[in-house]
Amino acid sequence: MTIQSWTFLIVGLSFALYIGIALRARAVSTKEFYVAGAGVPPIANGMATAADWMSAASFISMAGLISFLGYDGSVYLMGWTGGYVLLALLLAPYLRKFGKFTVPDFIGDRYYSSSARIVAVFCAIFISFTYVAGQMRGVGIVFSRFLEVPINTGVWIGMAIVFFYAVLGGMKGITYTQVAQYCVLIFAYMVPAIFISLMISGSAVPQLGLGGEVSGTGVALLDRLDGLHEQLGFSPYTGGSRSTIDIFFITAALMVGTAGLPHVIVRFYTVPRVRDARASVGWALLFIALLYTTAPAVAAFARVNLIETVEGAHYRASEAERSLPKWFRTWENTGLIAWVDKDDDGRVTYRAGPAFAPLAEQNKVAPVFSGERGEHGERLLLNEPTENPNELYVDRDIMVLANPEIARLPNWVVGLVAAGGLAAALSTAAGLLLVVSTAVSHDLLKRSLLPRISEVAELRAARISAALAVCVAGYLGIHPPGFVAQVVAFAFGLAASSFFPAIIMGVFSRRMNREGAISGMLVGITFTTAYIVNFKFVHPEMNTPEHWLLGISPEGIGTVGMVINFTVAAFVSHFTPAPPDEVQRLVEHIRVPRAAEEGGSGDD
Amino acid sequence: MSEAGPKHEAYWRANLRIVAVLLSIWFTVSFVCGVLLVEPLNQVRIPNTGFKLGFWFAQQGSIYIFVVLIFVYVRLMNRLDDEHGVSED
Repeated sequence: MTIQSWTFLIVGLSFALYIGIALRARAVSTKEFYVAGAGVPPIANGMATAADWMSAASFISMAGLISFLGYDGSVYLMGWTGGYVLLALLLAPYLRKFGKFTVPDFIGDRYYSSSARIVAVFCAIFISFTYVAGQMRGVGIVFSRFLEVPINTGVWIGMAIVFFYAVLGGMKGITYTQVAQYCVLIFAYMVPAIFISLMISGSAVPQLGLGGEVSGTGVALLDRLDGLHEQLGFSPYTGGSRSTIDIFFITAALMVGTAGLPHVIVRFYTVPRVRDARASVGWALLFIALLYTTAPAVAAFARVNLIETVEGAHYRASEAERSLPKWFRTWENTGLIAWVDKDDDGRVTYRAGPAFAPLAEQNKVAPVFSGERGEHGERLLLNEPTENPNELYVDRDIMVLANPEIARLPNWVVGLVAAGGLAAALSTAAGLLLVVSTAVSHDLLKRSLLPRISEVAELRAARISAALAVCVAGYLGIHPPGFVAQVVAFAFGLAASSFFPAIIMGVFSRRMNREGAISGMLVGITFTTAYIVNFKFVHPEMNTPEHWLLGISPEGIGTVGMVINFTVAAFVSHFTPAPPDEVQRLVEHIRVPRAAEEGGSGDD
Repeated sequence: MSEAGPKHEAYWRANLRIVAVLLSIWFTVSFVCGVLLVEPLNQVRIPNTGFKLGFWFAQQGSIYIFVVLIFVYVRLMNRLDDEHGVSED
């Protein structure tokens, strides 16, 4: 069978599975729609959280990102896993005890203020839409690369699938499809990873292969990489080039941001008990760690392989003389890799620096092909070559997408990778869309505008807002705003400087009051937003270390925003009245899984 | 009537102690070993592997330890719940 038919078959089967699950898991009450009836077993919730969390970017782009960044890529590895420790120890058990359905619920009740609730609703909606636009685009891209349908058609298909199980099943439908999607995506990630590990290092465990030797050379893989990097003028793979303070702040912002993302937090409302909430964070991180410890191994294998097989290879028109690997030409046709023969020697020279300049209308370096072929058969470019000797352009996504071909795996593995990428994108999109729909129907309608709305009407409102959210997400996928890449830092910075401190103080400080929390959130958000907007949109030309505050990049500024939030809140609450008694009792209530008999005060 | 009897005070203090100890390990393996001290630790190699220690903490070790930390927390807290009679079972 061809790659295409395998891909259709495997993707089709996986979609049928998701729809089958959705049909069996329809939500009939708002509690089922919002939190799956709080009846999800901890291991299942762990898998669902892992799928919810790992997006198209984690699946397709992260290994490639690390491959090009080396040590600097560690910020994503530590940042996107370390946040779960904070979730488990500081947030999940208490929010589960609090019960209810959403993050704005907690903020609104704990700070006895509907303005705080509304601020939280808008932050939740903004963060979710920022994120979901990228997911829908990811669905379209996977479709177009593997099934050769236009990107927009891919987005439509993705919308239809998500629509089906999010609108029908709410959180209940999403949870059980996410369990299935986790299984699909982790299998699809591990199979090529294991084979590429066997090929490069001879070890079947990628995590061990990373610390092993390059097969048949006796040289450690990481030393080989450092050597190759030095030889070609890149900074050392295990050394990195960002400043220590920036690495520190970015890692912290990603950790704290992860712990403050509403679609992750809400997953811990879905388990039956406080102890299940604690355990399910552990399971979630275990399932996430499987992919996150494999990714740096894949990154290093792909990097060694790229340099060793491509640098210096002959790009000749005739098959017999060509020494370039076959996958090079396949992926050149998709535009993910490009070559410009600056020195006219017919060989690929790979060095540090961009091979060519972006065209006037482009905002980043990407190849634009003229449609003609050069004397060696390569695709010619419209981009102007740069002065440096580098002749090669590589898109980082290729490090995962081309793996099956690089490792010469059978065709069905390619289909599997496509299904895995789609599972990762769809599961994350669905989780985010649910946050938006809950924010509208529950936080905005039920808790703020129409408190007397009936259960049936609220459930209908939830389905309608889920449907609308799918449409908005699809629109953003088809017409991606040019700033999507820039605003992801925004989502994390915002979560880090708003939700995280507000929830922590709500649990760990009995004295924290409405005035303190709201002013803390407002100052934190304003500072973070101003900093990011300034460097990303107003003065992008000044986005360099010498202009940054203390050398902290916009990606890491959420950490500072968080500190400011804590400081302002502590200061303001010191000079304003303590929260009312019933709120102080609420704090006591959520700190204990179940009140002991003697303390009894009507606890459930 | 408040739930904050002396019993729950003790429970809460014990809880904070557990959290403080585990979070200091969390901070050490990631921010200290993986970021602040990564260069000196890179002078050391994990025996029989190609891993420089600092790099290993940053890309592998910290993640393994995070997972272990959460499961340790789950065990300690379940035991603490039982000791203080606040378990949900």
